[in-house]
Amino acid sequence: MGERVLMKGNEALAEAAILAGCKHFFGYPITPQTEVAAYMAKRLPKIGGTYLQAESEVAAINMVQGAAACGIRAMTSSSSPGISLKTEGISYMAGADVPAVIINVQRGGPGLGGIQPSQADYWQATKAMGHGDFHVLVFAPSTVQEMVDLVNLAFEKADEYRMPAVILSDGMLGQMMEPVEIKAAEPKTFDKPWATCGHGGKRAHNIVNSLYLQANELERLVKERFERYEKIKATEQRAEEYMMDDADIAIVAYGATSRVVKAAVKEARAMGIKVGCIRPITLWPFPTEAIEKAAKSVNQFLVCEMSMGQMVDDVKLAVNGAVPVEFYGRTGGMIPEPAEILAQIVELNKKGGAK
Amino acid sequence: MAVVFDRPKALLDVPTHYCPGCTHGIIHRLVAEVMDELGIEDRTVGVVPVGCSVLAYNYFGCDVIEAPHGRAPAIATGAKRALPDNVVFTYQGDGDLIAIGTAETVHAATRGENITIIFVNNAIYGMTGGQMAPTSLPNQVTQTTPYGRDVNYSGHPIRVCEMLSTLDGVALAQRVTVDTIPHIREAKKAIKKAFQNQIDKKGFSIVEVLSTCPTNWGLTPTEALKWLNDNMIPHYPLGVYKDVNTREEAK
Repeated sequence: MGERVLMKGNEALAEAAILAGCKHFFGYPITPQTEVAAYMAKRLPKIGGTYLQAESEVAAINMVQGAAACGIRAMTSSSSPGISLKTEGISYMAGADVPAVIINVQRGGPGLGGIQPSQADYWQATKAMGHGDFHVLVFAPSTVQEMVDLVNLAFEKADEYRMPAVILSDGMLGQMMEPVEIKAAEPKTFDKPWATCGHGGKRAHNIVNSLYLQANELERLVKERFERYEKIKATEQRAEEYMMDDADIAIVAYGATSRVVKAAVKEARAMGIKVGCIRPITLWPFPTEAIEKAAKSVNQFLVCEMSMGQMVDDVKLAVNGAVPVEFYGRTGGMIPEPAEILAQIVELNKKGGAK
Repeated sequence: MAVVFDRPKALLDVPTHYCPGCTHGIIHRLVAEVMDELGIEDRTVGVVPVGCSVLAYNYFGCDVIEAPHGRAPAIATGAKRALPDNVVFTYQGDGDLIAIGTAETVHAATRGENITIIFVNNAIYGMTGGQMAPTSLPNQVTQTTPYGRDVNYSGHPIRVCEMLSTLDGVALAQRVTVDTIPHIREAKKAIKKAFQNQIDKKGFSIVEVLSTCPTNWGLTPTEALKWLNDNMIPHYPLGVYKDVNTREEAK
């Protein structure tokens, strides 16, 4: 057991990234992720790294791509409107198979939206992180400890699969303080024979590129990438099951919302209602297997999000009509209270679902 | 028999896609000759733009990253900060560098980012078929200024070297061209200085090369060179707009 310290989510994440071997950070100020940048600005110059404040989110993601193309671990962080600007670069990185980690401390949208916590970027993160046929890895922490653990995993998996990885956090997790253990384990690294680090007279030149003018060649490369995605879907799904053993009702929630849901589940259990929670930890790949398994035993699902309902689409696809899937959400920066979710549970329990 | 003229090692022996009479070929050769002479190809990373020279990654022997449109200076910044002992250069056209990439260009310059930029200004978007560029001349006819560029309507062309020379981070801002043998020699000297500056850690160096686009200008290669001489050079005077080396000598 290492030392447990009290840290803000954003700062713990930043320190964990450094321990994962990330010494190059490029960012642009935006609320509510500023602590990540401020922490990096303080720490990285002291350890021979680079913190650079870019002229825009667009420039920041391209600096990340430039550094990552040279084979080193690099990161940027932002919040929803800034992530929209980064999607150009993320698409190029996906198309050139360049690994890097992108943090989205989500806030309310659309447009300038608000600065309160939100989960309204689920569709963007999991379905369309830029133009073209591709996916990025998406991890969703729900505690400060998980901010730490998942950023390390994100760097590892990004390198392993040569693709961008996103930590989909929110303003609540970023700003809250919790005790956390930051382990200084040796980060798992990967050879990068493709990197544009100078050929040293030892090999032909490397090219990091996403342009393929021949349609059949581009199709072949995209298909190869999708074969890789199938492997990821088969091996990298992660979800936590909470009080699911005998549950009749399964609530699916991730990130900050799952904390509220767990509190409501505990209260409902005290009232004798058999309810549990499935908490996706990977949003892409979506933990379809956990949902499919639950669909065989529960008689209804409730999906709770801080949005108008986005992840609910993936839950419905996984449930595939076996039992009803209901939705409850707050949006615009509103955080649901346990009582609101408890009321939903009580209502569903009355209805009794499919069986 | 002594070899007096050969292909530079840093320029791969492959056919290029450039149009007949386009001056990209000459400029590529000069960059490659400089890499050879400085002995840096093995530790050089090129960053190529979106535009006619996007496929330059197939022509240069060094490692190359292909950047999103306008983002080459940001990509180069990341590459240089990651591995500062490497030599990093961008090769960009006018639309890339001073339309969609204006912010990246200006901020890399003002940071004094220790990179080299080869800026090919031919006053037109070549790859997409001849639209108005930020450097198209007043009254220049292009596909999107069919009646000539009306500066009161479409704005004025940007003089990049003059503008960047006001920034403290810039080590070298020089405009050259490649229409004649003496000008080609001058251009090579400037490009070599721009790379040497980076090796000497002097900061941001940009060489603007006035270039031709016979295809989209609708001229023969020789007419295009004459058009460059008669129209571009008067608007974009050749010369050194900033050079920290000469300032140091003057001290």
